[in-house]
Amino acid sequence: MSIQSETTVVRAADEAPTVRRRELSEGARAERRLGWLLCAPAVIVMVAVTAYPIAYAVYLSLQRYNLELPNAVKFVGLSNYAAVLSSWYWWHALIITLIITIVSVAIELVLGMLLALLMHRTLFGRNTVRTAALIPYGIVTVAAAYSWQFAWTPSTGYLSALFGNGAPLSHTGQAIGVIILAEVWKTTPFMALLLLAGLSLVPEDLQRAAKVDGATAWQRFVRITLPLMKPAILVALLFRTLDAFRIFDNIYILTKGGNNTGSVSILGYDNLFNALNLGIGSAISILIFICVAIIAVLFIKGFGTAAPGTDTGRR
Amino acid sequence: MRVDSDRVRHRVVVLAGAVLAASGLAACGTSGGGSGPVTLNYYIYPDTSGATNQAVATCTKQSHGKYTISYQQLPTSADGQRQQLVRRLAAHDSTIDIMGLDVTWEAEFAEAGWLLPWTGSNKQQAEHDTLKPMLETATWKGKLYAVPDNTNTQLLWYRSDLVKTPPKTWTEMINDSIRLAKEGKPHLIEIQGAQYEGATVWFNSMLASAGGSVLTPDAAHVALGKPAVKALTIMKRLASSVAADPSLVVQQENDNRLAMEAGTAAFQLNYPFVYPSMKADNPKMFKNFKWAPYPSVIPGQPAHVTIGGIDLGVSSYSRYPKLAFQAALCLRDRANQLRGAIVGGVPPTIISLYSDPKLFADYPFHADILKELKNASVRPKTPLYQVLSIYISHLVSPPASISPASTEKTMVSQLNNALQAKGLIP
Repeated sequence: MSIQSETTVVRAADEAPTVRRRELSEGARAERRLGWLLCAPAVIVMVAVTAYPIAYAVYLSLQRYNLELPNAVKFVGLSNYAAVLSSWYWWHALIITLIITIVSVAIELVLGMLLALLMHRTLFGRNTVRTAALIPYGIVTVAAAYSWQFAWTPSTGYLSALFGNGAPLSHTGQAIGVIILAEVWKTTPFMALLLLAGLSLVPEDLQRAAKVDGATAWQRFVRITLPLMKPAILVALLFRTLDAFRIFDNIYILTKGGNNTGSVSILGYDNLFNALNLGIGSAISILIFICVAIIAVLFIKGFGTAAPGTDTGRR
Repeated sequence: MRVDSDRVRHRVVVLAGAVLAASGLAACGTSGGGSGPVTLNYYIYPDTSGATNQAVATCTKQSHGKYTISYQQLPTSADGQRQQLVRRLAAHDSTIDIMGLDVTWEAEFAEAGWLLPWTGSNKQQAEHDTLKPMLETATWKGKLYAVPDNTNTQLLWYRSDLVKTPPKTWTEMINDSIRLAKEGKPHLIEIQGAQYEGATVWFNSMLASAGGSVLTPDAAHVALGKPAVKALTIMKRLASSVAADPSLVVQQENDNRLAMEAGTAAFQLNYPFVYPSMKADNPKMFKNFKWAPYPSVIPGQPAHVTIGGIDLGVSSYSRYPKLAFQAALCLRDRANQLRGAIVGGVPPTIISLYSDPKLFADYPFHADILKELKNASVRPKTPLYQVLSIYISHLVSPPASISPASTEKTMVSQLNNALQAKGLIP
């Protein structure tokens, strides 16, 4: 959210120098006022439901505050952050989260691209194919995670039976594999849909011209399709990376974070709702928020991704 | 413009009115109105046996129109139950009146100010003829915060076709198991070794039996020390011998029961629910399925097995505390506890019930379990028990990776941190 408004502000400053702003006519000023008035309800709601909880979490993260010890609440500065950042549990959870994020998003990108190409080239039943591909994304994550869990449980699950009655959810590495599989299965359609939108932006004329010049199918894909799709790919990657980094529901159902498979969100949840440690738990939440912000900045500044709501990518 | 906004405003007013009216109706529904019986909400674990439903109906009837108890089922898992109660209590939910509390939550809830202390004649009735260690679980800083409802503890279950006389100590039991293994007979010792609260309970029983405790009596400091090293040494010895089940690191109570019924084990440390289960699942083995007191750590001294169970507490935010205390006493009275034991299979907390012949058919082990309950140990009493338990279970499981002296040292430093609410839980 903050990044989006930041870029808008920067662009506004570029396009409307201060000299021009002073010369605004009476009518233009009235229009601007109306614009603010129309925005006001949305801004107020956003402040109430987003800014206030974030500010409150920051405030809580600077306190020693256990729900069980209401008499021992006190201001401790940044020591909760020191405790989190010096803890092996945080770094372990961060590594697990990064592994899940990078591996699952990479697989989703490849599969999603294949699926998008398939849907793009389908000649008949196009709508049916697109709807069918979206089914996994339409299933509630928790419900899907339960079916994965049952499928991988020895003696009741068909997938477990297929692999020698193994119990992959009780081994760290295998459990992470199952979590990634569940993530990929669920969100590849979403990735494919975003890529399909990008694919339809590639003009057919360019493809034909390249064909006349003797370019192979692979050359046309790498030299024409991919460069023209870059904005769409980067937006899809940004969305999926941010989502994958905050992974919670799949892990919560599949392993509850046992056997060292917990993500940073699981760690935050356990410290907040099991240990009832509002200070430490809020510090973890704020750190996750900072990580997500860093990922977003990297994508937007580093790769030139168009932030949602702006159209810089298409220029 | 004007017309439109007026219409919108009108619609908003109508909508707000409807919402208010609906919430007003809902409020009437829950409070039971001005006259007539008051509704008391009773939040406790889901009891499929029907015993709780019957107790609720009986007590409602016995109140002669003073109150109606409404049974609100909490989630199945203890963690889920605690989370729901904590979330509601932290938000000062006034619709909770009576709560079924696991023996480890009382200190936490009392310190947070969520429980009303028991005083006067209510307290006298609660304490009369009640098991002392259970009362201890419900006591925090010298005040009684709940009334014991049911209890539980582990016994040693063994196969008399494999061992003639049950072992009296852990050393004897592990030696017996090694001997049986050499003879090529079923020999495993079944115990809860998974990384969860059950492992904490095992460690606490061993530690208490070795004459130690996790915390000092004032609950302000970590005790542990030599008895802890001794307890850890035995746990490590079991885990690294042939006596250990190959799946020890993932085993919980039910896995132990199934392993014993499948015929691979000679011994099992578990709760009495394994007895009726063995009778139903494996009648042949049931003939040789016997019980004995939990093995001791110090020869000649009885073990101090960790006590479990449920206490009933009254919420500080209840609108009808007076009636809630009365109802709680009724829900755990003699008749309801006897029914709970026979129908629900949960051992009672009223001492004299253990000499009631009606209990004997289902509880042939009544005398042994009462003796053990009187000697039972209590889990570390502190508002931070959940955090302590997570640290302990992560250090003692997997049991094979214990190294007694250094594990004890790590535990002391981690628990000291936990007591000051510093540091993260895994």
